[in-house]
Amino acid sequence: MSMQKCGLFYTTYGREDGLFPSRFQKICLALFFAVLLICPQFMNSYVMSIMNLILIAIIGAVSLNLLTGVCGQMSLGHGAFLGVGAYGAAVFSNMGAPFFLALLGGGAVSAMIGMIFGIPSLRLKGIYLAISTLAAQLILEYVFLHAGGLTGGANGLPVDAPEIMGYSFDTDSKIFYLILFVTVLCVLVVTNVIRSRPGRAFVAIRDYHQSAENVGVNLFAFKLQAFGLSSFLAGVAGGLWAHYTMYITPEQFSMGLSISYLAMIIIGGMGSVLGSIFGAIFITLLPEMLNLLTSSLSGVAPDLSAIIVPMKEGVFGLMLVLFLIFEPEGLVRKWRLTKAYWKLYPFAY
Amino acid sequence: MNGSSPLLEVQEVSLTFKNVAALSRVSCSVQKGSITSLIGPNGAGKTSMLNCISGRYTPTKGKINMSGRELSGVAAHKRTGFGLARTFQNIALFRGLSVLDNLMVGRHSRLDYGLLAAIFYLGKARAEEDRHRHRVEEIIDFLNLSPYRHQIAGHLPYGVQKKVELGRALAAEPELLLLDEPMAGMNLEETEDMARSILDINEEWGVTVFLVEHDMGVVMDLSDHVVVLDFGRVLASGTPEAIQNNPKVISAYLGDDDALYKGR
Repeated sequence: MSMQKCGLFYTTYGREDGLFPSRFQKICLALFFAVLLICPQFMNSYVMSIMNLILIAIIGAVSLNLLTGVCGQMSLGHGAFLGVGAYGAAVFSNMGAPFFLALLGGGAVSAMIGMIFGIPSLRLKGIYLAISTLAAQLILEYVFLHAGGLTGGANGLPVDAPEIMGYSFDTDSKIFYLILFVTVLCVLVVTNVIRSRPGRAFVAIRDYHQSAENVGVNLFAFKLQAFGLSSFLAGVAGGLWAHYTMYITPEQFSMGLSISYLAMIIIGGMGSVLGSIFGAIFITLLPEMLNLLTSSLSGVAPDLSAIIVPMKEGVFGLMLVLFLIFEPEGLVRKWRLTKAYWKLYPFAY
Repeated sequence: MNGSSPLLEVQEVSLTFKNVAALSRVSCSVQKGSITSLIGPNGAGKTSMLNCISGRYTPTKGKINMSGRELSGVAAHKRTGFGLARTFQNIALFRGLSVLDNLMVGRHSRLDYGLLAAIFYLGKARAEEDRHRHRVEEIIDFLNLSPYRHQIAGHLPYGVQKKVELGRALAAEPELLLLDEPMAGMNLEETEDMARSILDINEEWGVTVFLVEHDMGVVMDLSDHVVVLDFGRVLASGTPEAIQNNPKVISAYLGDDDALYKGR
């Protein structure tokens, strides 16, 4: 019988800093992606559309978590930054730019706008900054609605399905691969930033800005970088959204979207990439779960849908409150506890 | 105490908030390689002095020079580049980061790569992380922090947090270390441990220390030079022995009418 090492031992710092230090994690991840990749072959377009929405929500949530959870800069305007990216990408795309260039362009425009609205963060903290980003939300919504020449105003703006080298991603299953690719890239970017110099500086600013300054962190520069990167990624999510729905209108990027992104990172876990992913899945699936519940109970209580469907917002709010009371650190903490439990199973110590 | 070149020179510094004078015309100097202490009763302006040096406050009047270069007007985050690092009176750790990451943030100004390199986390970023990790591990060993390396700083006991804060300041490899009451709230054992660390930092690493402390035993044992502040003015300065016997210092600490001490 061969002997196996118990636990993980590292011989270099680089190995320890790896994203997935154990082989078990790598195998699990590979299996997970294999399942994801063959998914579109078996799932109907309704399920695929939900998956696509989840993936886009993941980019939005991860980017907001970088700004709010990691850097501690409260933002109530994330939905609008998503919108800037959506309109930017749509306009570039309609001008004939290739898909990825349009996506990057939308992200860049969003990053610029985000950094401008991030300037008050030098002076404002916490709830005061939140109010100033709320102003950003309202101003940008106004611009979407009234810059008719560029955004189509209240009529909205049509966008073509993405096309790369003559191949058109025009169905839910086809575009899934494209969205999955961009989402993985974005999550990787945020993960890398968090585990390196700028990410540590972001947390330093969040936890104790005075001592961050004394260890040499340029507060203003790094706050702006956080705003810039966060809105860039939000813009990319918006660009994907525009190309996926193929029609964007101002009300898609309302205050409600900003709030639901905040809800995702609160429910998922502040400051955690995995938490944002959990939160995005949870919040996107919530209305679907309610629909499922009402339709499965329709035989027993046919009037239920008439009651529950209008209560969607109420259930959403209730969920948020319950999480804040019972699990303020979010789903990611539940995940960690579960992992710790199985690590030692069947021993209790 | 070697040589006579002052590393830090405070010249006639005044600091006023509205009409309250926190410091008035304070002059003192810290010799290179020494441990210099700043003492004084509560509210004497000790922390204000440190804040002026570290850049949180801008002196209303006067100059602060570090190795001959003028510090006033330099932004606080750039002062690490002058070889300056500090700790805080109340713990000012990054509570959400591990001990290791706290120390890595301490090296922030020495890590040489930006956001773009971090996004890809290849080549340069990876090499820099690895190189500086080695330096940080030396400090972790030096301060006996290895059992806590991967623990979240906010969850650690008070005495350990104080040490982590010292480690974070050390990680910047400063020439001058400003310590604001490193022994505050510690028990005897932790105080002795901290005192040993400060002496080692000074002797082995050659770091000049500017210490603000209330524990007179520690101050008198460690210091080469002591400066006494009272009501924002320099009351006396000199060797620990001279300060201990200075009647002005005794009266500032114990009150003028204390017959018991006067009759000693």
